[in-house]
Amino acid sequence: MAQDRPTAAELLAAIADFLREEATPALDRTEPRLGFQMRVAVNSLAILEREARLGPAADAREHERLVGLLGREATLEELNRELARQLRGGERDETDAALMAHLDATIADKIVIANPKWR
Amino acid sequence: MNVHTSPEAETVARILGEAARRHFCTPASIEALSRQSGGASRQTWSFDAVVNGERHALILRRDPPAQGKTERERSVTIDRATEFRVLRAAHEAGVRAPEPLFELTPQDGLGEAYVMRRVGGIAIARKLLRDAPYEAARGRIAGQLGEILARIHATDTGTLPPLPRREAADHIAELRRSLDALGQPQPVFELALTWLDRRRPAPLDRPVLVHGDYRTGNYLVDETGVTTILDWELAHLGDPVEDLGWLCVKSWRFGAIDRPAGGFGSREELWAAYEHAGGGKVDPVRAHWWEVFGTAHWGIICLNQAWKHLSGSIKSMEHASIGRRAVETEVDLLQLLKQGA
Repeated sequence: MAQDRPTAAELLAAIADFLREEATPALDRTEPRLGFQMRVAVNSLAILEREARLGPAADAREHERLVGLLGREATLEELNRELARQLRGGERDETDAALMAHLDATIADKIVIANPKWR
Repeated sequence: MNVHTSPEAETVARILGEAARRHFCTPASIEALSRQSGGASRQTWSFDAVVNGERHALILRRDPPAQGKTERERSVTIDRATEFRVLRAAHEAGVRAPEPLFELTPQDGLGEAYVMRRVGGIAIARKLLRDAPYEAARGRIAGQLGEILARIHATDTGTLPPLPRREAADHIAELRRSLDALGQPQPVFELALTWLDRRRPAPLDRPVLVHGDYRTGNYLVDETGVTTILDWELAHLGDPVEDLGWLCVKSWRFGAIDRPAGGFGSREELWAAYEHAGGGKVDPVRAHWWEVFGTAHWGIICLNQAWKHLSGSIKSMEHASIGRRAVETEVDLLQLLKQGA
């Protein structure tokens, strides 16, 4: 059953905004150590907000690419396990253009969620 | 004067007073005791010991008894007694390392612990990279780090306590064991480890003292530049280029990505200072290998930090959130592997 709005992303954004703009400055005045921890928490909430918004489509794209790369159907977890096994065994490596295109796309989607400012 | 407020601080102050009296052979009063950074397991306390009217600025390094270290920490870190001896050897060899003064005994009840002299300066990368008082220091740091590292590597291994020897192959095996223990498939780390395994540098005939965590955040700087190298708990015997590579991992540039040497200079500047101070000639291919290794290593440490929380060994939002930083090193690894070598 669909929940009413706000969506998960909208609610997470609202909480993060409140904590960043109102709670953190108050903490900084009274408990600087907790102020630092609060920044870590707000940063994590921002990750969750992006994940709620962008994660499902990113997972679907990753799954589709893996099916193409490995030539079989299975869950995302199983396909990644198979790919990891092949990479450890050296059956595929960085000279495989299709592999590298897949990893580039996967990590690009992942960093946009975890830390879009990373470069 | 600071009053020791918590019951734990009261106990630590009382025991330090007794140990300082033994060391200085005269009564010592413990003042301004305060707990610095560090988790439950690896603690750092700052204090002054006033002896015959003379004030000694000191640091207590301490692992409380029976605090849970993870399996991995036990396997890669040295104990405090070994760390004390490494510091003594390095300090006597002229390395800018804190001077270790005395060890506490098991009967003191503080766990594994020793006391060293406190040195001025700050370690916070964000301030060092941006604040005005460090303007002049910023231009010197890369070169100073090269010089100091040459000295660390020149430490006579005969003066060191027994240390684990860790070569490239051991490091790779350790990271693969970590990935297996974590259980989540990690294609990019597997790709990087296979790349590393196929190109791993040959072990040296004569391994040297490797600091093991030589990076921005683990040394102190004042207005004149680097004052002292901290955090020796990952010291081991191995390839000196490991420390040069680790210092250049992008995660230690704190945003100053065009200055690979810890955020303060170029690789070439670092290597030139290292060579000039008597370190061996730096092979760029070997240095690149260790930088790739260091990047994978840090990524897997991030995953392990999160695991400390997930496994219940410590409850920490900060540790949990570090798990989401691993992907930063995946971005970097894909870039580095495309540079070849």
